[in-house]
Amino acid sequence: MTKDIILAGVGGQGILSIAACIGMAALEENLHLKQAEVHGMSQRGGAVQSHLRLASTEIASDLIPEGKADLVISVEPMESLRYLPMLKPDGYIVTSMNPFVNIPNYPDMELLLKEIWKQPKYITLDADEIARECGSVKAANMVVLGAASPFLGLSNASLEKAIVAIFGSKGEDVVALNQKAIKAGRDYALAHI
Amino acid sequence: MQKLLLLGDEAIAQGAIDAGLSGIYAYPGTPSTEIMEYVQASKEARSNNIRALWSANEKTAMESALGMSYAGKRAMVCMKHVGLNVAADAFVNSAITGANGGLIVVAADDPSMHSSQNEQDSRFYAKFSFIPLLEPANQQEAYDMVHYGFDLSEKLRIPVMLRITTRLAHSRTGVVCKAQKEQNEIKLPENLRQFVLLPSIARKQYRELLAKQIPLENEAAQSGYNQFLEGHDKSIGIIACGLAYNYLIENYADHKVPFTVLRIGQYPIPLSMMNRLYEESESILVLEDGYPIIEELLKGMLNKGKTIHGRLDGTVPRDGELNPNIVGIALGMKIEIGVDAPALITNRPPKLCDGCGHNDAFLALNEALDEYGRGRVFSDIGCYTLSALEPLESINSCVDMGASITMAIGAADAGLVPAVAAIGDSTFTHSGITGLLDAVNNNSPVTVLILDNSTTGMTGGQTSSAYGKVEDICRGVGVAEEHIRVLKPLHKFHEENVRILKEELAYQGVSVIIPRRECIQTLNRRMRQKAKAKTMDI
Ligand SMILES: Cc1ncc(C[n+]2csc(CCOP(=O)(O)OP(=O)(O)O)c2C)c(N)n1
Repeated sequence: MTKDIILAGVGGQGILSIAACIGMAALEENLHLKQAEVHGMSQRGGAVQSHLRLASTEIASDLIPEGKADLVISVEPMESLRYLPMLKPDGYIVTSMNPFVNIPNYPDMELLLKEIWKQPKYITLDADEIARECGSVKAANMVVLGAASPFLGLSNASLEKAIVAIFGSKGEDVVALNQKAIKAGRDYALAHI
Repeated sequence: MQKLLLLGDEAIAQGAIDAGLSGIYAYPGTPSTEIMEYVQASKEARSNNIRALWSANEKTAMESALGMSYAGKRAMVCMKHVGLNVAADAFVNSAITGANGGLIVVAADDPSMHSSQNEQDSRFYAKFSFIPLLEPANQQEAYDMVHYGFDLSEKLRIPVMLRITTRLAHSRTGVVCKAQKEQNEIKLPENLRQFVLLPSIARKQYRELLAKQIPLENEAAQSGYNQFLEGHDKSIGIIACGLAYNYLIENYADHKVPFTVLRIGQYPIPLSMMNRLYEESESILVLEDGYPIIEELLKGMLNKGKTIHGRLDGTVPRDGELNPNIVGIALGMKIEIGVDAPALITNRPPKLCDGCGHNDAFLALNEALDEYGRGRVFSDIGCYTLSALEPLESINSCVDMGASITMAIGAADAGLVPAVAAIGDSTFTHSGITGLLDAVNNNSPVTVLILDNSTTGMTGGQTSSAYGKVEDICRGVGVAEEHIRVLKPLHKFHEENVRILKEELAYQGVSVIIPRRECIQTLNRRMRQKAKAKTMDI
């Protein structure tokens, strides 16, 4: 099994906690894992990405070769399109539709969504709204992770264990919120594949 | 053995802790910062009394580490590549003094300049100084090389450089750890003149350093970090350094390369291995994540031997980080990438945070400078450098840490008066103080803004050596008390701040203005920790 994932967002949006959950679940399943993160300058509100590679055998490169990613998971709609050159022809885009507007020339939302919907395979969701229904908009990134979970090749049980391991120190409420958010995201994706 | 999920930087830190480290010295700099941060956060390191505090700059860090090595203990010093320029005097001479306790210098290069002003290759520094160098291809090797590096350093009494790049530093994977070693006891050098580089002693020690190159090359042939991997296809022999090896094998099913590969992880490179590859291959392809250092050496000035492919003949791009596709294309493979990103996507450049004090400081400066015209603000490296871009467009230079004050002196000497310098608090104590002393001694008509957000912001909020000391330092250097002005960079004080700035811009001598407000990021972090502590109290 190999799964090459691009995680995308804007500095400060917390894509690394999505990466941490997937990484922890992958370890749970005894998979090899490499995760290239972006630290430094671009964390100041710039575009950030992380390459996450899972495999049942040894992984060579920390970077996913362009055109070979199975999946783009994005917490921001414009950022999901930035990495199209990385995506396989039959790769999936899973993205939140909630824009993060910190630049004056942010493109027209309608045109942006049209571009995403032109791609062969995608899930677009209002992660903020779904997270709010779960209890807090703060869990929006876990909603996106949930929506991507059918394509990860990891079991739901491993993801749930990962949530406990990562958020356990923050209390039961936080764990329950994130579990709920992941399930809501997953249900949405399964209904819209 | 314990397996941990670690960044390359963290693997180096854990490796050092496990290898009997006694002290780590560093000044922050992407992509090296997380090495020190990991040791600072490590319970093991604390219980083992490992010294782990930030230094004022890379030179002081390098020298402190050398002092610990003198006393017989294992020391590590970490910096980003340009930090090595600052530490260079100490680094180059440390090769001639040699080490006593194991000494590892970690230099973190940043090909493609993700967070830097250049992409210099630290391997040149090692070669220039006759210092052995280790270049890990993955996080496990990074961990293991720290153990090996300390042993090598003590065995041959020489500092060892560990060269990494951003990609390895900031990529996370499983690392198997070894049992922890005891720290060395304090032990003076056998020869108490070893570290006294008077010419007569230096000449002798330099010859010894040159003589060490043979055992160092032998070590590099035997350590296992350089591997000769025989292939059946002799049309190209491939030299793959560090991470380049991963990108190479990524291009082949089951990672099986048909060509002979010389995999490089340790320098000086054994000539015997190089010779064997050259003799048995029809041509050579050199893959280096950095400058074409091996390629240039192999080619020689006249390039009269076999065909050597690499960055110099365009087989690999002349600049920037390598990746699997670049290497695939260099091997003549057909690479299919995904569709282009649609044209409507816009850039999202990094910018100052909402609520950042630098923003208010520059708004006031822009207004105060209106009457003199633009193009006279020399600045430095830090978050505030982002004020060069829209919407502020306040500053006109960013060269190397500390250059703001000194460039302002030169410009003022040329007649550009008033000349303004804008420097961060951490950058000021890193290398701005000596420049300010020059300004005072020259009585230069410069206005120096020390933007004090009470932290080293750009690299993630490390303690600033300047904390609580800025005015005292300025006074001590000789700036007149009445020309040291502290501002609160807030919108509501804008008019007052502009007025003060205008007064000092009109003054024909050195003035220092200190806009002081805590970094919004460290403030938020502090508040979160406070809230957490409170809930724990209950
Ligand atoms: C020689 C050198 N060392 C380290 C760095 C990395 N670096 C860039 S900016 C910066 C922090 C500057 O902090 P400060 O001057 O307080 O400004 P702030 O970012 O807080 O505004 C550091 C450490 C560098 N560019 N060059």
